[in-house]
Amino acid sequence: MPLIWLVVIVLVLAAVGYVLGRQRALASTDGDIKTLHSLPSYYGANVALATIIPAFGMLVLWLLVQPAWIENRISGAIPDTAIPEGSNLSLLMSDIQRVASGLDTAVDQGAMTEEEASSIRTEFTDVRQRLGEVGVALGSNVAAPVLRAAQQYREMASSGSLWMTVAVIVLAVGGFASSLAITRADFRARNQVERVILAMLIVAASIAILTTLGIVLSMLFETRNFFSQYPWTSFFFGLEWAPDFRGNSSLSIIPLLWGTLYISFIALLVAVPIGLFAAIYMSEYAGPRMRAVAKPLIEILAGIPTIVYGLFALITVGPMLRDYFAMPMGLGESASSVATAGIVMGIMLIPFVSSLSDDIINAVPQAMRDGSFGLGATHSETIRQVVVPAALPGIVGAILLAASRAIGETMIVVLGAGAAAAQFDRGLGELVNPFEAMTTVTVKIVSQLTGDTDFAAPETLVAFALGLTLFVITLGLNVLALYIVRKYREQYE
Amino acid sequence: MSDLTATDDLPAAGRPKSSLLEQDARTKKRNAAEARFKMYGLIAVTLGLLALVLLVTSILSNGLSAFQQTYITLEVELPEDKLDKEGNRNRDEMAKVSTFGYSPLIATAVEAKVAELGLEIEGLTDPGDIISKEAPAQLRNFVLANPDVVGSTLTFEFLANGRIDGYMKDRVTRATAELDKNVTPAQLDLTDQLEEAGVLEKRFNWAFITAPDASGQRPEAAGLGVAIIGSFYMMLVVLCLALPIGVAASIYLEEFAPKNRWTDLIEVNIANLAAVPSIVFGILGLAIFINFAGLPQSAPIVGGLVLTLMTLPTIIIATRASLKAVPPSIREAALGVGASKMQTVFHHVLPLAAPGILTGTIIGLAQALGETAPLLLIGMVAFVREFPSGPPDGLFDPASALPVQVFNWTQRSDPAFVERASGAIIVLLIFLVIMNAVAILLRRRFERRW
Repeated sequence: MPLIWLVVIVLVLAAVGYVLGRQRALASTDGDIKTLHSLPSYYGANVALATIIPAFGMLVLWLLVQPAWIENRISGAIPDTAIPEGSNLSLLMSDIQRVASGLDTAVDQGAMTEEEASSIRTEFTDVRQRLGEVGVALGSNVAAPVLRAAQQYREMASSGSLWMTVAVIVLAVGGFASSLAITRADFRARNQVERVILAMLIVAASIAILTTLGIVLSMLFETRNFFSQYPWTSFFFGLEWAPDFRGNSSLSIIPLLWGTLYISFIALLVAVPIGLFAAIYMSEYAGPRMRAVAKPLIEILAGIPTIVYGLFALITVGPMLRDYFAMPMGLGESASSVATAGIVMGIMLIPFVSSLSDDIINAVPQAMRDGSFGLGATHSETIRQVVVPAALPGIVGAILLAASRAIGETMIVVLGAGAAAAQFDRGLGELVNPFEAMTTVTVKIVSQLTGDTDFAAPETLVAFALGLTLFVITLGLNVLALYIVRKYREQYE
Repeated sequence: MSDLTATDDLPAAGRPKSSLLEQDARTKKRNAAEARFKMYGLIAVTLGLLALVLLVTSILSNGLSAFQQTYITLEVELPEDKLDKEGNRNRDEMAKVSTFGYSPLIATAVEAKVAELGLEIEGLTDPGDIISKEAPAQLRNFVLANPDVVGSTLTFEFLANGRIDGYMKDRVTRATAELDKNVTPAQLDLTDQLEEAGVLEKRFNWAFITAPDASGQRPEAAGLGVAIIGSFYMMLVVLCLALPIGVAASIYLEEFAPKNRWTDLIEVNIANLAAVPSIVFGILGLAIFINFAGLPQSAPIVGGLVLTLMTLPTIIIATRASLKAVPPSIREAALGVGASKMQTVFHHVLPLAAPGILTGTIIGLAQALGETAPLLLIGMVAFVREFPSGPPDGLFDPASALPVQVFNWTQRSDPAFVERASGAIIVLLIFLVIMNAVAILLRRRFERRW
């Protein structure tokens, strides 16, 4: 039975439960609403919730656990001898799954009967060809143990989903009947319903924690796999990035980190002065008319997706920098370079710095400015010696947040910075040349994890170690920014 | 006036060294510094605006031409002996003739057209090459759908080849054609003359918005259809998950949560999630939704789930702000007439906060619509030509997404794809502008100040 029908059945049962619960509550007082503990709708809602929540909880749990459980059972049943040379268990499992879903497709399209699908043998039938006829392409011929396991897989999956249907419906009916049975005039239905709703609110709020936990655990787990295959000292302290899927790669984070930090530095070099001066001008000098026009316009820059900046770097800024700066100065011939990515990223960060600083500068009380003017300071002296120092912790916080954004930015560097890692053996000149193509941590995460990937190879797993490092760095910067803002904020009352 | 006369009366020794009317060197310096400082600010604002203008013009100038496409109208003869050897109009048998069987027909049609118009061009070889490689497939699909047309001569409208289209848009010139093995200057001459004869024309390109992607050799046929549907599905998932979860979480944190460690932990987590790089969410999606839960790659459901987690902090922050803006007197009044805490929130506070919540949700959706990096990791870069089926099954079919399609096109070698990518960005930006405009309108129309 398709899942959607199961969901519909439970929902219909809940709707019926709502009506019946409401009627039963009213009937228990002969229609006198005043003697009921709660409003009639709460009795109905109580039955509906009791029907839905355990049933759907079971459904979700079952769907999450079943594939892992079946996989576990099947891979336990496969003898080591069945694993071909040069392959491993996880590759074999994905083969088995592919064959099983191929058999499903064949049955769906009517090219095979259900009975045939569960009884064919590689000795008598060319399974690859039969499946090829219904549009399921398999990479190699199907070995006998794989087919056997695939058939077993289908059997377990179908009996699993049968049991799931039974369990879900039993729970739904059970919740329905038991909650209907206790529906009486003195049953505190509202308190019950509100407790359940509060529990659901708490669950929703906890999703933020689950997400963080998911991020950290998923990356920690794969990073541990990576470090079991590749020494962590070479990862953190090596000087070369040269992945090679045939093995023997050098996977060190230093060249990538160098590119990341260099590009972020240039981005901040562009964004901080422009953003800061723009914020000062907007909040201190600009008239209300100019402010009303220019501020939203600059903030548009913050709403533009990063892929747009990436394309801008690729087709406009990159070629422009190459033709007017790099080539005449003889510094390089590549359109994608540190400067390209850095400048475009700087443009992206301008509104980030300016609107954060703007808020902070506006929070400096007018009395301090007036005091400074009263002593005879000019406007700019007031800003430089009174307003900015008072706002400094906030501004530093804004810059740190911008730096964390720059380090984690992906699309601009993917399109603008290039794919070759910095090479430390070529000397300092090439390392600091802003017109040299350089790659970053985020670019390499993308390139190691897209396309056909083998999750057993260190060349793929290194992306998780890179991701974890990135997560730790940006988290550290954010926490530091918040700490500085809280610690050094002047409290004006 | 009076102090002027007064100074005249003073003895020379008692005169102040400087006049208030005349600036001394130090004041001049300070005033110059003031003017300079103000100028720096103005320059900074101008630079910011200039960057915006440069960005927009760059995208528009590169991408607007994607909405125009060159079409060629031809009369194609559909000979029976080539397309239906048996002569029984059986679709299955006719399907054995592949697109290679159809391309000579188109080449013949072009040659016939050239002869008919009496055009003589020096050095013209393979005039059929000015038609897109997509044309034989178009012709074949039409013939297979209407087998009865075999044996007749019909008028078709074909896409022109990418280079010919580029010539019409001034991207390809005779000089570049000399170096290009895909087009010859003679074919460009032919293009000019066909345009004069009215056979070839450039007009609005609906196919760019509705058609699926095409392979790297035929940029002229590439469209955004699958990407728009994929993005739409993902937004649907984000809306259905992020809005209820975000609102529920905010209600708990703002109205019910006691001040304890658990609440603090949740608050810190939400603040941090808002600042986690988006690519990290992609890694999460790959590890949890694809590798662990076994959901299919390239599917809008996975993209939607990842974007939901990314959008949640935005929605939670906006919702909490608008819940906070509802004055406590409303709550007290409701509690005073005997409503429970839960009834107060759901019957009174939430409806009053709804406009703010909606605005925040739309802005969150707009952010999610433009997000690219996490989608790259969950396989949305795959080349997808088939339209996904309708929801809910379509959520599990492979699809693309607007920003990812842009990225995909930038990775292809044919320069015509730069135009396509910029055009796709214009479509993306139009969607974003509409969403933000709706958010601003909602805020203006329904915002209440107490």
